Amino acid sequence: MKRRSLAGWVFAAPALIVIGVFFGLPVLSALALSLTDFDLYSLADPGNLRFAGLGNYIDLLQTPMFWKSLGNTAYFVVLGVPLSISLSLAAAMLLNAPAARFKALFRTALFAPVVTTLVAVAVIWRYLFHTRYGLVNWGLGQVGINPVDWLGDPRWAMPTIIGFAVWKNFGYNMVIFLAGLQAIPKDLYEAARIDGATRWQQFLHITLPMLGPVLLVVGVITVSGYFQLFAEPYVMTRGDPLQSTVSVLYFMFEEGFKWWNLGRALAVAFLLFLIILGVTTLMLRFGKRKELV
Amino acid sequence: MIRPLLILALLVLLAGCAQPQQGTTLRFWAMGREAEVVGELIREFEAENPGIKVDVQNIPWTAAHEKLLTAYAADGLPDVCQLGNTWIAEFATLQALEPLQPYVDASDTVQSQDYFPGIWETNVVEGQLVGVPWYVDTRLLFYRKDLLREVGYPQPPRTWAEWEQVNAALKKHMGDRGYPVLMPLNEFEPQLSFALQQHDPLLREHDTRGNFQSPGFRRTLAFYDNMFQQGWAPKMSETQISNVWDEFFRGFTAFYLSGPWNIREFRQRQPASLEGEWGTTPLPGPDGPGAGIAGGTSLVVLRSSHQKQAAWKLIEFLSRPAIQQRFYKIIGDLPPRRSAWQSPELTGDPLTAAFADQLERVKPTPKVLEWERIAQQMRVVTEQVVRGGLPQDQAVQRLDKQVDEILAKRRWIVEQQAAKAEAGGVQ
Amino acid sequence: MSQAGTNREIGQSRWHAWWVNGGLALLAVISLAPLAWMVSVSFMPSGQASQFPPPLLPSHTTVANYQALFARTGMGNNFVNSLLVSVGITLGSLLFNTLAGYAFAKLRFAGRERIFQMLLAALVIPAQVAMLPLFLLMKQLGLVNTFGGVVIPALASVFGIFLVRQYARSIPDELLEAARIDGASEARIFFQIVLPMLKPVLVTLAIFTFMGAWNDFMWPLIVLTDQEHYTLPVALASLSREHIMDVEMMMAGAVVTVLPVLLLFLVLQRYYIQGLLLGSVKG
Repeated sequence: MKRRSLAGWVFAAPALIVIGVFFGLPVLSALALSLTDFDLYSLADPGNLRFAGLGNYIDLLQTPMFWKSLGNTAYFVVLGVPLSISLSLAAAMLLNAPAARFKALFRTALFAPVVTTLVAVAVIWRYLFHTRYGLVNWGLGQVGINPVDWLGDPRWAMPTIIGFAVWKNFGYNMVIFLAGLQAIPKDLYEAARIDGATRWQQFLHITLPMLGPVLLVVGVITVSGYFQLFAEPYVMTRGDPLQSTVSVLYFMFEEGFKWWNLGRALAVAFLLFLIILGVTTLMLRFGKRKELV
Repeated sequence: MIRPLLILALLVLLAGCAQPQQGTTLRFWAMGREAEVVGELIREFEAENPGIKVDVQNIPWTAAHEKLLTAYAADGLPDVCQLGNTWIAEFATLQALEPLQPYVDASDTVQSQDYFPGIWETNVVEGQLVGVPWYVDTRLLFYRKDLLREVGYPQPPRTWAEWEQVNAALKKHMGDRGYPVLMPLNEFEPQLSFALQQHDPLLREHDTRGNFQSPGFRRTLAFYDNMFQQGWAPKMSETQISNVWDEFFRGFTAFYLSGPWNIREFRQRQPASLEGEWGTTPLPGPDGPGAGIAGGTSLVVLRSSHQKQAAWKLIEFLSRPAIQQRFYKIIGDLPPRRSAWQSPELTGDPLTAAFADQLERVKPTPKVLEWERIAQQMRVVTEQVVRGGLPQDQAVQRLDKQVDEILAKRRWIVEQQAAKAEAGGVQ
Repeated sequence: MSQAGTNREIGQSRWHAWWVNGGLALLAVISLAPLAWMVSVSFMPSGQASQFPPPLLPSHTTVANYQALFARTGMGNNFVNSLLVSVGITLGSLLFNTLAGYAFAKLRFAGRERIFQMLLAALVIPAQVAMLPLFLLMKQLGLVNTFGGVVIPALASVFGIFLVRQYARSIPDELLEAARIDGASEARIFFQIVLPMLKPVLVTLAIFTFMGAWNDFMWPLIVLTDQEHYTLPVALASLSREHIMDVEMMMAGAVVTVLPVLLLFLVLQRYYIQGLLLGSVKG
C-alpha cells in the first residue's frame, strides 16, 4: 500500500509541480498583486509599491472604459453564443439526417475552420472584409448593396468579429451535438412520424429535450469561452473603431502589457473570472432546475 | 521506445534554456524603415572598428513601445536603441538610460550647439542628458499649389484664419469629390501640433495634472473639430484611406499633414503632369507660422548594457554630419544638426526648406513617463468629439479627469520626493 | 430506417434530400471558401489582390510570395521555432500528463480525490489571469524570450490529465494487481503494461496538444520578445501589422501557418474528434 502511495505521488508530482508553479502560483500572485498599485514605477523601484486593498476593483467599477469593454464583450456573448449554437445544431442535424450524402467529407469541411490558426484566419478575414478590395463588399455590390465598412465602422466592427468567431468555431460544437443526436434512439422519431408529427414538432418534442444535457454543457463552454474574447480584436481591429471592439481581456492586456499597470490589469482579470463564474453558475443552476444535470 | 523520446524532449527543453553567447557584439534596436536601411552605415562602422559587431534588430513601430517596456520588465533591453524622443522621459524615469553628458563632453563629434535647440532639449530629462538626436521629424503641410491657385490663393496660408478661408474656398470648389485637408483620425500628431502652438502648456503643476481645460487647448480642440464638422477633413482613419499618395495626386485632397519621410514617397509617385505643382509649407499657427512637434528619434545607451563604450562609439559614428547626410540620402530622414544641413541635397531642395524653417520653432511634449498614454487618450477623446458627437466642453473635462487619473502615481511620487526634500534628506 | 412508401413520400424525401445536401454544401462552401481564397491569393503576383474588382484566381501563378516570405521575413525560422516548441510541448506534456492521469486513476495516494477536484476547479480560471505574473516569474528564472519559457508552463495541463484519467479508469485492476504480485515495480507496470493500453488516448492527446501548441498565440506573444524566437502565429500577427498592404505575402504566411495543422487534422481526424468528445461529453 505504501509503495503504491509513494508511486502515486511520484507519478503525479511532475505534472502537479508544473501546474502548481506555473499556474497556481501565478494565479495567487495575481490575486495579491491586484491588491496593490504595481505599475512601471514599481517595476523601476519596489519602493514605489503601495498596498491598495480593493482600491483597484473599486476604481475599475468606476472606470467607463471597463464598463464599455464589458458591454462589448456582453454584446459579443449575447449575440454570438445563440448564433454559434444554433448554427452548430443545425449543421449537426443536417449531418445526422439520413438523406445526407458524403457525410465524412462534409464533416471534415465543416470542422476545418476549427483547427486553423486563429491569427492566420483573422488576417484572411481582415482582407476579405476590406472596404474597397474585399470579396464580401464586391459580392454585396453584385446584388446592389452599397459597400459596408466592416472593420472601420463602429456599428459593424463587432458584428464582423462575431461572424468570424461563429465561422471559426461552429464545427466544434457541431461535433458534440452530432454525438448527442446519434445517441437519441431512432424509434422515438419513427413513433412520432407514425403519429403524424411534423419534422418541426419532432424537433421540439424529441430532439431538444433529449439534447438537454448536451445543450447545457455546450452552452457553458461556449459562454465561458466567448467571454474570453481577445485574439480576434487584437489581430483584426486593435480595439478600434471608437473602441467598439475592446473586450475585457483586450482591456486587461492593454492595461497590463501596454501601460504596465499590473495591479489594475490583474484586477480586471479577476473581475472577469468572477463574472464568468457567476454566469456559468446561473446557467448550471437553471439547468439543474430543468433537470438537465 | 520511450527512452529516445524522453531524451529528445529533454534536449528540446535544454535548447530552450541555452544562454546566448557573450562577445563584442553590440545589440542595436532600430525601428521601421530606419532599421532596414541603417545596415549600410553599420557595415562602414564595423569596418572602422574591427573588434565590434553590430546586431541590428528591426522592431515595427506599432509594437515598439510595448516591446521596449516588456524588454525593460524582463531585463532584456539592448545596448543601443533608437528611441522616439517622446518616450525618452519615460525611460529616463525608469532609470533605464545611461546619462550621456560625460560622453558628449569628451567627444569632438557631438557638439550640442550644432543641434536644433528644441530637439536637443527633448533629450534632457530633469537636467540630465540621456540621448543624442538621430533624426528629426516634425509634421507640416504638404499641399497642392495648383488647387490653391484655382481657388484664388497663390500663397499657402500662414495663420489659422487664413487656412480656414482657403479650406472653405476649396470645399466649395471640390464639392463631393474630395476634402481640402487629410488628417486621419487615428493619428494624434496633427492635433498635438496645434496644441503645442498655444501658450498654455498641456500639463500643469509640475506636470502632475492635465491642463486640457485651458483656453489654449479648448481653442485647439475647437479649431481641429471645426475642420471635420465643416466637411473640410474626412472623418476617416488611416485604414479607410487606401492610398494616400494616390488620393493626393488625384486631387481628393489639397492639404496633407505629414512628416519628412513623405517627401520621398510623394516624389516617387508624382505624375509628370504635377511636377512642381505641390510643395511643403510650415504649419499655420494661431497668429502666424506656428510651432510644431519636436519629433524624431534619438540614440540612447541603455544602463543595463555591458558595452557602453562601444555603444557610444556607434552613436558618435551615426552623429557625424557626413554620415547624417548619407543617411538622409538613403532614407530621407532629416538631420538634427545644422551643419549636416549644409549639403546641396538639403539646401537646394525646396521641399525641405519648410522643415528647416519649422524646426527652429518646435516645442517638446511634456516629459512625463505617462506621455504616450496621455497622447493616446487625447486622441481617443478627440475622436469621440469628431465622430461620436461628444460636446467639446464635456470632452476637455473628461480628458482632464482621465489624465489626472493617469498621473495619480506620479503625483504621489512627486509629493513623496518633495516631503523627503523638506525633511532635509538627500537620496 | 423504413423505406419510403408512396410516390408522394418519395417525391417529398427527394426534395428533402436536396435541402439537406444543399444546406450542407452551402455550409461547406462557407467554411472552406476563405481558406481556398487564402491559397489562391498566396499564388497571385504582388499587388493583384488589391484591385477592384477583387480577383478570385491568380492571373498567373507565382511562388514569388513564398520566396519573399522566406527570404525577407525569416518565416522559415519561425516555422522551425513552431515545430520545436510544439514537438517539445507534445512530448513533454504527454509524459507528464500520462503519468499523472494514470496516478489519479489507478494509484491510491492521500488526498488524491481532493487534489483532483482542485484541478477541475482550476479549469474555471481563465489562463490570462496567470499570464502577467507568470511573465514576471519567467523573468526571475531567466526564461523570457526562450523556448523554455514557452514550453515549460505547458508541460502539464488539467485537460490532459483529465483525458488520460478517464481512459485509464477502464484498465482492469486485476491486471495491475497480478503484475504487482509478480514483483514488478510500479514504473515497470506503467511503462510495459499501462502505456501500451493507453495508446489510443495518447495519440488523441498528442494531436490535441500539438495542434493547441502550434496555434497558441497569447502566451508566446507575451513571453517571446525577439523576431528570431517568434512562433508562426506571433510572427504572422506582427507582420500583418507592418505589411498591411502586402496581401499576397500575408496569405503566403497564413498558408504556411495553417497548412501543417490542417494536414495533421485531415490525416488523424478520427482521433482528434474522439478526444474532443471524450473530453466534453463525458465530462
